[in-house]
Amino acid sequence: LIGSIMQDQFFTLADIIGARLKGDEGFLASFSGEASQFVRYNRSAVRQAGAVEQRYLTVELFSGRRHAAQVVTLTGEQADDTERVTSAVTALRDVLADAPEDPLFLINTAPQSTSRVLPDRLAKPEDMVDAVLRAGAGHDLVGFSAAGPIHRGFANSFGQRNWDTAHAFNIDLCFYLQADKAVKMDHAGTVWDGAAFAAKAATAKAQLAALARPSKTIGPGAYRVYLAPAAMEEVMGMLSWGGFSLAEHRTATTPLLKMVEQGVVLNRAVTIMENSRDGLAPGFQNEGFVKPDTVTLIGDGVYKDCMASPRSAAEFGVPQNGADENYEAPLSLDMRAGTLPQADVLKTIGTGIFIGNLWYLNYSDRNACRLTGMTRFATFWVESGEIVAPLNVMRFDDTVYRMLGDNLVGLTAERDLRLATDTYEARSTRSMHLPGAVIDDVRMTL
Amino acid sequence: MTFPADITARFSAVAPACDFWSVRVMRSRAESLGVTRGVADPIGLSDDMGAMVTVHAGGGMGYAATSDVTSAGLARAGRDALAWAQRSAGRMVAPLPVCTGAAVYHDHEDKPRTPWEAVTRKAKMERLRDVAERLKSNARIADWSTGVSFTDEEVVMVTSGGDFIRQRRGIVIPALSASATDGRETQTRTFGRGGVIRQGGLEVLDDLGFWTAGPRIGEEALELLAAPDCPSGTMDLLLAPDQMYIQIHESIGHPLELDRILGDERNYAGTSFVTLDMFGSYQYGSQLLNVTFDPGVTGEAASYVFDDDGTRAEKQHLIRDGVLQRPLGGAFSQARANAPGVANSRACNWNRPAIDRMANLNVEAGVSTFGDLIAQVENGVLMETNVSWSIDDSRNKFQFGCERGRIIKNGTLGAVVKNPNYRGISATFWRNLKALGNAATVQVMGTPTCGKGEPNQAIRVGHASPPGLFAAVQVFGGH
Repeated sequence: LIGSIMQDQFFTLADIIGARLKGDEGFLASFSGEASQFVRYNRSAVRQAGAVEQRYLTVELFSGRRHAAQVVTLTGEQADDTERVTSAVTALRDVLADAPEDPLFLINTAPQSTSRVLPDRLAKPEDMVDAVLRAGAGHDLVGFSAAGPIHRGFANSFGQRNWDTAHAFNIDLCFYLQADKAVKMDHAGTVWDGAAFAAKAATAKAQLAALARPSKTIGPGAYRVYLAPAAMEEVMGMLSWGGFSLAEHRTATTPLLKMVEQGVVLNRAVTIMENSRDGLAPGFQNEGFVKPDTVTLIGDGVYKDCMASPRSAAEFGVPQNGADENYEAPLSLDMRAGTLPQADVLKTIGTGIFIGNLWYLNYSDRNACRLTGMTRFATFWVESGEIVAPLNVMRFDDTVYRMLGDNLVGLTAERDLRLATDTYEARSTRSMHLPGAVIDDVRMTL
Repeated sequence: MTFPADITARFSAVAPACDFWSVRVMRSRAESLGVTRGVADPIGLSDDMGAMVTVHAGGGMGYAATSDVTSAGLARAGRDALAWAQRSAGRMVAPLPVCTGAAVYHDHEDKPRTPWEAVTRKAKMERLRDVAERLKSNARIADWSTGVSFTDEEVVMVTSGGDFIRQRRGIVIPALSASATDGRETQTRTFGRGGVIRQGGLEVLDDLGFWTAGPRIGEEALELLAAPDCPSGTMDLLLAPDQMYIQIHESIGHPLELDRILGDERNYAGTSFVTLDMFGSYQYGSQLLNVTFDPGVTGEAASYVFDDDGTRAEKQHLIRDGVLQRPLGGAFSQARANAPGVANSRACNWNRPAIDRMANLNVEAGVSTFGDLIAQVENGVLMETNVSWSIDDSRNKFQFGCERGRIIKNGTLGAVVKNPNYRGISATFWRNLKALGNAATVQVMGTPTCGKGEPNQAIRVGHASPPGLFAAVQVFGGH
């Protein structure tokens, strides 16, 4: 799926939808498409390999404040797609007859057209597979690679046209030593560099030696830990589940209720923002609003702002700031770096736990913003600033207010750009730019 | 309108020369209706259709999925799948199973008692508005919502071996939620919180008592706001079916998935503490524990006749009298492991390949009435409706939280408590099962969003279960 051709096809369909309107009707149209090469690996061999080409169009028809939307799949063949969108408009016109006036209907009526088509600098599918299998030779490699273009488009009856094409790849692998002891590595971006991938894989394989030592089991208690950026990604993912949503704040269902209602603060080192300017996600949302470059959510430990979709903004009487109705959360989360050099992490831990990855987090008390979850992959017991042994999996259960509040020892000066690997329904364009964190007295429970 | 069966015929005409091919065309037409905080949600429709082509060639296997279901698009998908089969030949994790047996012909549409269209959209919206109003019984209810989605799903699979399998069903997912707050704390009560999903039509909502549940949900949210925290300690734990379903899902279902045991999921969803040598002898639970893969339960979320590999699905015991019997593995996994399995190779949509999934995984009923279960507890807690779930990647150490708890003392059900949580280890937890409710206490639950696979797939699964009573569980509350 070539970006410029897809863009032309989508804009042509938008014109066709426009030509089908009657009376005071208007429309919004959002396009989501991708052509992905997916390869799944196990035991340094191919488990499943294939291609997925998908084109989804969401057409929203409105008349005054009455509106309804339909998602349709497209073929890419104009006559066929014209028939589909024409049918969708007809069906939606019937729905509007039953739809009530919507007091929360808010769309962008001032056209802000944009276009970004990034060049294709990816490897051929077979070259990427060869590189992964070469890296796995002689090891137990398991994982997944995804590559190809991702397209997003928006159009409306006010003449606005937006398009975004990104060509991205994401390789997400583990090298297993035995049982659940593994080193995880990821390599993602928009420009394939085989040498860089091989170097990363070599570094990961070298870390297997540390996992070969006899593993250690610890008991429940409070420990000083280091959360690597990949582990911090899990914590921030949980906070994003309602923590930054305007609707959840105004209905008191946010896990950050204590920050909002009682003025509880985090450590001054904590600044979290939505950074659309530097993220991979498109710069426009589903109602046609172009996103601001940044939205500061927590600044110097103090709650500042929420992600506000147009619908929530209309309900609660505040300006929208680029969030989608069904996802009032950062898509390009940016956490400010700290001052702790990465090279000093082990020394700063002293005696405690180096946590490479966390897994399966959830709220154990949402009102207290208390999270529980498991350590996973490369997690080590550290004594006197030296890695001593791999740690058997351990559960933590502690509040964000403690972990990123008084107990935060420091954030690393270096940060990792984490490009989301998830592919539910479609390849994600979410990202997080995160430091690691050394934290005191984290409660480990089981 | 183009029907899925027409598209499979279209592909058959342009299929590539290869050892074996299959095409699975799936069309899902959905409608969602809802009311949030007194305002009708925008009405949402969808019509999602595409084709998944799988090709075997020279010992390799490849797939290509496309929403371009024109002849040209399907021919391209055939070529893409063949190219991936050729690239993977000689590099596959295991030899492909040889397709044997007579060609299958199956064509079936489920017929709901009350089709979704039997009631007008406007009438359905009016009923939802009425339900929503009754959720907000008090000014402290700060957030309240209700909604229903219906999906008309049709899947047609055709193979080069002459198989034709067509299955069509309706799927209903209702939701109700009320959150009560005093400004410092918020408590939420729901209608099964994502654990209610059924096959059928509008009759499902009547069967579940959906239309009349609003006042109870609202009142229980307020009750929780005023309730004390769940006590801490090691005690008996009685799990209602709307918590049992996720306990089964996470600590029996996932660890028994054969692809996990074979290592496929180690990079994402995780591995399993279960190993192949355990089947036939390992004491997974107490003798009361009988767990079945049962694709034939009417209305359960993942009932079907054939899985997405075209294997006929039949009821099987996975655990009998507490002893592990067989894993949850489809045809390819069975061949790799040289072990028996079940017909559970499933894909969530046309754009994802089939992998081992749970489908309907049920705990068979015991003999106790609900009153009997309460009566045998000296000191314990009843927990209802899952709200939090977390388990390690080997599916062993878990922690769950529920919306609502009730103290049980000396065989009597007592006060409501909030923030009830418990934790344990799968390998020992089920051995402490000391009673199960009888058939009258069984509820059919499930989830539409079981996540797994690379690329990721969220699929619906069903879990029918009675309440279960467990001894010596670590229980605790909030803060």
